[in-house]
Amino acid sequence: MPAVTETLDAVQSVTQSGYKWGWETEIEMDLAPKGLSEDTIALISDRKGEPDWLLQWRLKAFAAWKQMEEPHWARVEHQPIDYQDLHYYAAPKKKPGLKSLDEVDPELLKMYEKLGIPLKERAILAGVDPDAVEHRQIAVDAVFDSVSVATTFRETLSKAGVIFCPISEAVRDFPELVQQYLGTVVPAGDNFFAALNSAVFTDGSFCFVPKGVRCPMELSTYFRINARNTGQFERTLIIAEAGASVSYLEGCTAPMRDENQLHAAVVELVAMDDARIKYSTVQNWYPGDAEGRGGIYNFVTKRGACRGARSKISWTQVETGSAITWKYPSCVLLGEDSVGEFYSVAVTNNRQQADTGTKMIHIGRGSRSTIVSKGISAGRSNNTYRGLVRVLPSAAGARNHTQCDSLLIGDQCGAHTVPYIESRNPTAKVEHEATTSKIADDQLFYCRQRGLSEEDAVNLIVNGFCKDVLKELPMEFAVEAQKLLAVSLEGSVG
Amino acid sequence: MLEIRDLAASINDKPILRGISLDLPQGEVHAIMGPNGSGKSTLAYVLSGREDYSVTRGSVTFDGRDLLAMAPEQRAAAGVFLAFQAPVELPGVGNANFLRTALNALRRSRGEEELDAVQFLKLARGETKRLAMPDDMLRRNVNVGFSGGEKKRNEVLQMSILRPKLAILDETDSGLDIDALKIVADGVNALRGPDFSALVITHHQRLLDHIVPDRVHVLAGGRIVRSGGPELAHELEARGYTETVGEAA
Repeated sequence: MPAVTETLDAVQSVTQSGYKWGWETEIEMDLAPKGLSEDTIALISDRKGEPDWLLQWRLKAFAAWKQMEEPHWARVEHQPIDYQDLHYYAAPKKKPGLKSLDEVDPELLKMYEKLGIPLKERAILAGVDPDAVEHRQIAVDAVFDSVSVATTFRETLSKAGVIFCPISEAVRDFPELVQQYLGTVVPAGDNFFAALNSAVFTDGSFCFVPKGVRCPMELSTYFRINARNTGQFERTLIIAEAGASVSYLEGCTAPMRDENQLHAAVVELVAMDDARIKYSTVQNWYPGDAEGRGGIYNFVTKRGACRGARSKISWTQVETGSAITWKYPSCVLLGEDSVGEFYSVAVTNNRQQADTGTKMIHIGRGSRSTIVSKGISAGRSNNTYRGLVRVLPSAAGARNHTQCDSLLIGDQCGAHTVPYIESRNPTAKVEHEATTSKIADDQLFYCRQRGLSEEDAVNLIVNGFCKDVLKELPMEFAVEAQKLLAVSLEGSVG
Repeated sequence: MLEIRDLAASINDKPILRGISLDLPQGEVHAIMGPNGSGKSTLAYVLSGREDYSVTRGSVTFDGRDLLAMAPEQRAAAGVFLAFQAPVELPGVGNANFLRTALNALRRSRGEEELDAVQFLKLARGETKRLAMPDDMLRRNVNVGFSGGEKKRNEVLQMSILRPKLAILDETDSGLDIDALKIVADGVNALRGPDFSALVITHHQRLLDHIVPDRVHVLAGGRIVRSGGPELAHELEARGYTETVGEAA
């Protein structure tokens, strides 16, 4: 597929400028009162019909959180967040026993349509029997504010032995699995935002791929923050048993609002012997307007544990949205010869701030990791790569290669690279390469002389710059990601 | 077809072109020769619309249109092609994608149907073959890791695919060995015809042995100091610029 040409086509088709996902859905909501307390947590737990162990786990996390301070080591600035001024639970009011499309709230259907979920998918999300619909390749979970509203293809997946459902259901239906793994990769008290999430998480996706099973389709979750003054705290847990493999995609959007909204998610991945997990994100939360008003504060903890020998976890992210991104998808490489990968494109424009990167913790012998980070800054934004490569004494023969490139558009933005490298095994090999470049006038003129408009030329150059990362994305997402890059950088030149 | 009248241009307030007038009729190939610093490359850049230069006087008409009022991409759409003296590298951008994007941008602007990937590759492979270039030239990133000669050949490949009405070749012969020079010249000659004109900018007469021009202009100190037939190039080669055009050089 001529990716670059696709992008240009996409640019042509995007006539509407700015953020296209900024609509608001008028829908009847069930809201918890504002504020965070043990009562709020008990209410969430009660709404979800959770077992007592989980409530206790939440309360422990809350106790830990109260002792913690909001971290400020990242290169981001924001107004203080009033954690008592948020709703911690917001859910579309459920109509029990949904039998046909007519009973579904039409606003909900409209939302799916706008998110670009195909019609058949929408029917399934709305509750039409999946077996009545022809086979498609992607199973979708849609998380609307605090709850997962629907998951498709569960039956097809369950025939293969794969469990894919909202985590709140997993707590009910597979409590032993959830209890066995929840919080084992990102402990409840791991950091300020992870502790907050552990206390108040409301939904997210759960995926379990049993031994030897290759998940027969891509799994995907669409996250949507809709309600005003609401934080979204979703929690995702993916487990691939020995020899299993799964590819999972997440997409995120939110309405345009003048106030900031908090998103503090936790994602945990577990890969056993020879298991593979590919986790792809296209993060397109509302970034705020050109003056920096509004936008999502995205404080996310994502971590994968390669517990088994030769296991592999691969993170691919395209970060175009959010007012602030604070996110370091990491791999703990416990297994012998396990592999961790991190491919990232982070675009900041206007007043956006991104501090993102990864941590690769090498514990197992012969563990390997690859980091490819592409930061693109435009407008008056700041874009920081922050990465840690730590090799423990046990990780004989560990290898890491880091490639970290920054591209500047204009002269008012900033790009920063903060690599931390700690090697405690003399046989380990750690390499770090970094470059910073500007889109040169030469390059723009060369493209324009061949007939490309200035904007198309920038897109072409940016897509070239990101190619090593974009090629890691599943095809559907690669195209979407390229469109996003184009939209995100609209108006950044000239 | 191309009419340059009393064109003066400067960069950072330093005058480079000091009043150039030149007529390039349709279907003709003219050579611009001259010593270093005479303004040859500036003329190429000003004609193709590079923004670093400011035109201080004069006019340029192309096909009856005011060329100087057009953006670089509009000039490209009108049929102006510049073969760069130092072709630019575009990391991560595949040559085939770049060319197809450019070709389709031009076709769109002319109201022509765009080519899909298959049609384009067929066209491009035909051209690479004709120019004796390896197929992998299309797969590689634009000019990245190309040798000097490969870059120049890549310019000619682009020209062959984009089929301009007016090609400006800015020292396309520099850094080429004799075989590559012949390939480049063959590429240009293949385009020659009633709908193709070219300004061939060169230091040396040897390129003009292969691309025989209709006229030769000698540029010195930002002015055309002498014009003549192809024999003028030989005279320059034999006697040098200073002796041929005198003090102006």
